[in-house]
Amino acid sequence: MPNDVSALQLVLSSDPALFAIVRLSLYVSLSAVALAALIGIPLGAWIALTNFRGRQGVIVLLNALMGLPPVVVGLAVYLALSRSGPLGSFGLLFTPGAMIVAQTVLVTPIIAALTRQTIEDLWIEYRDELTAMNLGPVGRVATLIWDARFSLVTALLAGFGRAAAEVGAIIIVGGNIEGFTRTMTTAIALETSKGDLPLAVGLGLVLIGIVIAVNALAWTARRAGERLAG
Amino acid sequence: MRAPSSELPIEFDGVTVAAGGVTILDNIALTLAPGAPTVLIGPNGSGKSTLLRVAMGLLAPSRGCITWGGLEHVPPLKRAIVFQRPAMLRRSASANIRFALRAAGIPRADHARRTAELLELVGLQGLADRAARRLSGGEQQRLALARALARDPAVLFLDEPTASLDPVATKAVEDIIRTVSERNIKVVMATHDFGEARRLAGEVVMLHRGRIVETGAAASFFDAPRTLEARAFLAGELLI
Repeated sequence: MPNDVSALQLVLSSDPALFAIVRLSLYVSLSAVALAALIGIPLGAWIALTNFRGRQGVIVLLNALMGLPPVVVGLAVYLALSRSGPLGSFGLLFTPGAMIVAQTVLVTPIIAALTRQTIEDLWIEYRDELTAMNLGPVGRVATLIWDARFSLVTALLAGFGRAAAEVGAIIIVGGNIEGFTRTMTTAIALETSKGDLPLAVGLGLVLIGIVIAVNALAWTARRAGERLAG
Repeated sequence: MRAPSSELPIEFDGVTVAAGGVTILDNIALTLAPGAPTVLIGPNGSGKSTLLRVAMGLLAPSRGCITWGGLEHVPPLKRAIVFQRPAMLRRSASANIRFALRAAGIPRADHARRTAELLELVGLQGLADRAARRLSGGEQQRLALARALARDPAVLFLDEPTASLDPVATKAVEDIIRTVSERNIKVVMATHDFGEARRLAGEVVMLHRGRIVETGAAASFFDAPRTLEARAFLAGELLI
């Protein structure tokens, strides 16, 4: 990529290297959010609806895990995926797969904690009706998740925001390898340190644009859905 | 015409409900038999809503026992309740009814027909696709009635179904209650509105401080109340 072009020119010229980085970033972050949603939404709903010893402690822990330091997660995932680690046989270290794993670990507590709060609030509202309808546990969870779907979009957006902006974990487990594990955030960090500010700024603009576009899309879908379903 | 229900009579035998050191229902002995609507009246906090919850099976007595058709453990398949502030599921009016039909195990093939019938019964056929939470208070209460009736109940419990409704909405709800009662569904309703009790009740149960102070046919209760509490309540005095 040339150094003497402006950030805007880079973006507007559809630079293939830049768009490869953008594509990989979206693939990693969206995959991590999808996996985290598969784990975090049922987990949050289960905690919301189940009474067990130590539940309050689990809620405090889950809320605390929302602020997990990315570099610590990166280090833990690195140790787990390294050759001598328990998951070393999968050969994931320094691949996009490792980056997805790290971001999933970071995002799951956010989605689970926000889901837990959302479902618990809705359960207070629905408890009498669903109990009177003699609905079983699975039916209750399914109903609550479905009816909270527009609020849960906010949890997914929070997770996506965390994943898209994250650099500490993926640079450790991905290695920032050009054309293979380089994402927008790791590239921004690298190019800034090399002094290639146009590329760094260009990537920053794209990153902000994507985050705004995803949020706008989700907000529009939520508003439309709420109009139809109440 | 509905066949005699295994849910009825509902018999309370020395039912007491206590929570946090407070006795909410105190040694209730009561039989709810098939027939005209039974109306529970009494001031706020007298135990009407708790009695309905016990009768529905949502709340277990602290002491005493309750039987449905002579049996102690009967799943609430033929009982339904409408709460004072019913929660509207976040979906359309017709989807709310379809949800109740599914929960009641009604075959899917019957859903469209039953939904249309129930919407017509409660006068909401023109609002089938409207989001339930965007309906007015009176419309929501009528939808809650339709949802409860989706269970094809033998007994319908109503907890102050017209509280906070205007006269037009109240009349609409009362008309549905009459229709339901004419279909041989036993209606048990809590209210603190005398007028409503006079208009709907076949039998009255008056509660005060968790105890039954008087029961009897509506006509004799309103014309010649036997107890001091009932006379004071009917005279509009504050029962504390």
